[in-house]
Amino acid sequence: MYGALWRVLPGPVWLRILLLLVLLTAAIYSLATWVFPWVETLINNQEATVGT
Amino acid sequence: MSEAAETPRTRRPGRDRGRARPRVSVAGVLGELLVTAGVLVLLFLAWQLWWNDAIMANQQKSSAASQSQEWIAQAGAPLAPQPDAADPEVPVDFGPTPVAEAPEHGQILGVLYVPRFGPEYARNIAEGTTLDVLNSMYLGVGRYDNTQMPGEPGNFAVAAHRSAWGGGMHLVNELQLGDAIYVQTADGYYTYRFRNHEYVQPSAGDVLAPVPRLPEAAPVEAIITLTTCNPLYSTDERIISYGVFESWQPLSAGPPAEIAAQVAAQVQEG
Repeated sequence: MYGALWRVLPGPVWLRILLLLVLLTAAIYSLATWVFPWVETLINNQEATVGT
Repeated sequence: MSEAAETPRTRRPGRDRGRARPRVSVAGVLGELLVTAGVLVLLFLAWQLWWNDAIMANQQKSSAASQSQEWIAQAGAPLAPQPDAADPEVPVDFGPTPVAEAPEHGQILGVLYVPRFGPEYARNIAEGTTLDVLNSMYLGVGRYDNTQMPGEPGNFAVAAHRSAWGGGMHLVNELQLGDAIYVQTADGYYTYRFRNHEYVQPSAGDVLAPVPRLPEAAPVEAIITLTTCNPLYSTDERIISYGVFESWQPLSAGPPAEIAAQVAAQVQEG
């Protein structure tokens, strides 16, 4: 899977590493911006209150 | 993850660092998917506990700072303690302590200052302890709507998250006897002094009684009760912090000396 990704990327090794870093950053950014806030609403059962 | 073992010794020269040739095995892909899932879970936890927590803490703090400023500006109140209030050894009589009406659910009733939680710590206190208050970008601390208001004999009880969602009570275990807990409202500054912690089960609703743990007793003192999760990063127990009401001063007397610099800095930033 990731091996295929590595082979699909063009250019020399340094460019592939750069592209991978860019892809990784984009992936983490979109996770933090859209996916994680949504996941949090699904599993949000943390209560800080007493008497419930 | 045993690709290396399965791989025939026919690697492309140089550049694919021992990874398998285009031959894809089911176990290999499954393994990579599982590792990816694990990394995603860790990323989510890091996001929730630190990244988003820090963003929300900052937002909640700024929001509290602007609320504080707004009340001070409305009252045309000073930002420095007034000369006659400067000497804490000489108590000034500001008259009876005002007790505000409880606001609508979700409305801000006060701003919480706890110097022990950090020199810039401030949080809005809003009505109600449901998640729309506790998980809000702008609020974070909620008042139990079946308890008393600041300054009122009885129990002014509030809740906040210990970690994540801005962690309004992250450092609650560090409170020490006599630490100040200030609540600023539209009327003035209420000073409470931390008295003790109590560790209870989540079901211990009687810590919210006018006299905590004694639901039948009639209150004499006004106290503040902070409730949050314990231990850190767990919801198994609750840590309760009690403070005793010490004094009230109107906005026109300026902020209490201990938070005066913070309140003034908030105005300059805003």
